[in-house]
Amino acid sequence: MKARVHITLKSGVLDPQGRAIAHALGTLGFGGVNDVRQGKYIEIDLNERDKAKAKQQVDQMCAKLLANTVIENYAIDLVD
Amino acid sequence: MKAAIVVFPGSNRERDAEAALTQAMGRKPIMVWHRDTELPDVNLVLVPGGFSYGDYLRCGAIAAHSPILREVKARADKGMAVIGVCNGFQIITEAGLLPGILLRNASLKFVCKNVRLKVETSQSLFTSQYEQGQVLSVPVAHHDGNYFADPKTLDELEANGQVAFRYCGPEGEFDDEHNPNGSARSIAGIFNRTKNVLGMMPHPENAVDPMQGSTDGKALFKSMVEALS
Repeated sequence: MKARVHITLKSGVLDPQGRAIAHALGTLGFGGVNDVRQGKYIEIDLNERDKAKAKQQVDQMCAKLLANTVIENYAIDLVD
Repeated sequence: MKAAIVVFPGSNRERDAEAALTQAMGRKPIMVWHRDTELPDVNLVLVPGGFSYGDYLRCGAIAAHSPILREVKARADKGMAVIGVCNGFQIITEAGLLPGILLRNASLKFVCKNVRLKVETSQSLFTSQYEQGQVLSVPVAHHDGNYFADPKTLDELEANGQVAFRYCGPEGEFDDEHNPNGSARSIAGIFNRTKNVLGMMPHPENAVDPMQGSTDGKALFKSMVEALS
């Protein structure tokens, strides 16, 4: 089973990289970009076949290492 | 005082820290490799600057979960003194020894220069040889030194006297102009609640010899030797 993890900055946390991207998009002539927030995408290949157990396992991975919950949120998507 | 320095792949200030500790203690600290699982019998651990594990995932995050850091954390919880400098600050913060996190500099630029620091308290084993309010000149060299915590945590840090140093101007003033990385409330260094752990972005180990342009970091090492000998 594969876990797809999206890690995003919490609202209110300054994202200078997102801001730089927004600025660069404007320079390239893409108008109407209000804001850009940058995040991470992590794909994990798991032995576990039980969805509930896999979810629990990846949840712990996120809380312990993959995300820093002081500034980040995470969302887990499981695919067979 | 007996001291150890934890070395990770990518650490790069461990020799500077070794020299500064040797100068203050009169003997060399023990260098401990990150794969070691046991700490020698010491009463201070220094986590040095650098780019441990290439700053992968988040700066300090991988090192924070190495076996030796687990041991450092267990001993710190029992009261052993720990100082994390620059990447070391990021590591011990990721390990949960200190609240908050260090984000990318607000300017997005790597900052390498001398900055002024205001000593917020002399009531700690790390700062006893300074005067409260003293303004120091110490270098910074980092890309991710922008201290962030939620307003409640920041209020608690201030109420408990856990702010060690702040970036300031020549008169000790706090403003955006003299904040090199966008840190919340100009915070450059903080203690844990029991004040046996200090994390700071500036490099006191690079301000211990007139050749380095400043000797203002010396009193920090002297403070630790006084308290732990």
